[in-house]
Amino acid sequence: MHELGIVFHIIKQVKEVAKENDCSHISKVVMNIGEVSTIVPYYLEDCWKWAVEKEDMLKGCKLDIHIIDAVTHCDDCGCDYPTVQHAKICPECGSEHTWLLKGNEVEIKEIEVN
Amino acid sequence: MDEVRIIEIKKSVFDDNNADADKLRGELKEKGVFLLNLMSSPGSGKTSTLVRTINMVKDKLKVAVMEADIDSDVDAITIKEATGVESIQLHTGGMCHLDAEMTRQGLDNLPLSDIDLAILENVGNLVCPAEFDTGSCVNVMILSVPEGDDKPLKYPLMFSVCDLVLINKIDVLPYFDFDMEKCKENIHKRNPAAKVIPISAKTGEGIDQFAQWLQQQVAVWKA
Ligand SMILES: Nc1nc2c(ncn2[C@@H]2O[C@H](COP(=O)(O)OP(=O)(O)OP(=O)(O)O)[C@@H](O)[C@H]2O)c(=O)[nH]1
Ligand SMILES: [Mg+2]
Ligand SMILES: [Zn+2]
Repeated sequence: MHELGIVFHIIKQVKEVAKENDCSHISKVVMNIGEVSTIVPYYLEDCWKWAVEKEDMLKGCKLDIHIIDAVTHCDDCGCDYPTVQHAKICPECGSEHTWLLKGNEVEIKEIEVN
Repeated sequence: MDEVRIIEIKKSVFDDNNADADKLRGELKEKGVFLLNLMSSPGSGKTSTLVRTINMVKDKLKVAVMEADIDSDVDAITIKEATGVESIQLHTGGMCHLDAEMTRQGLDNLPLSDIDLAILENVGNLVCPAEFDTGSCVNVMILSVPEGDDKPLKYPLMFSVCDLVLINKIDVLPYFDFDMEKCKENIHKRNPAAKVIPISAKTGEGIDQFAQWLQQQVAVWKA
């Protein structure tokens, strides 16, 4: 499952950061997840709950997910529009010369340690 | 000591893997080993295409294969029996993709000093493998005719990370309303630089073109 692989990568990275900072426990991880990142937040949380219990350093660690709205930019008319509603085609001018401005993030924003 | 602190990270989850992958590519370049990452949906014809292609190039290149099935060694055995080249099974632990670290572990089990071309048959999936750079020198994907010509629109990331798209099972084109030109157009919308080769792993049509392309890529890498 995709989300489980992502969870393992998150755990690996936050553990490294915690060690570099001489912290013994991580109590919260805050993620920025883009609307069109292919991550399903609900699955991510499920995998998270299962995986953190296997890690001493992360026992009981909370996962906080911030959803980032997906926005696409049109090169022909210059407008920005919501990606989820209109996908590749600009709703203003019908152009296909568009690209994703934001919304595919799978980013670790910050962690709370003690 | 027990005070709560916030540490800002602001890093993509993929950053670490991307760095790992770049490092692995550098090591492979030094060793003169070319790594091909082959991706597709389950059953598009990865193993069948590999068998045909390897039999065509194995006199000129020393080849080894890593098979990343989730839970069986069927493909690894098929490759070994049908081509005679070294073929190993990677353990993905139920994962939907391979990352650079898992690929490195697989390569560690191959006699790299005696290999020109290492091939990774990735997990059958059009989403996850596209997000994880394996450290490969090129990414090749197979789209088979029964899957439909609209797949490049539905899985844009996979098509955008590929250097070459093989359109397989063209022997069954008469039975499907698959529009080859439309498909190429859809691929190039997502990735203008992608090369496209129609093949049939069943009849062998087009495999020589793929083999030629592959030999060229290996030669450039080892130069
Ligand atoms: N008609 C036809 N059938 C093909 C062709 N290539 C593969 N097949 C058949 O498609 C099925 C799957 O082929 P494989 O080579 O095992 O596909 P794969 O992508 O390795 O499959 P997984 O490893 O299970 O994801 C087999 O029954 C093949 O015989 C082709 O060019 N034409
Ligand atoms: Mg296979
Ligand atoms: Zn527009």
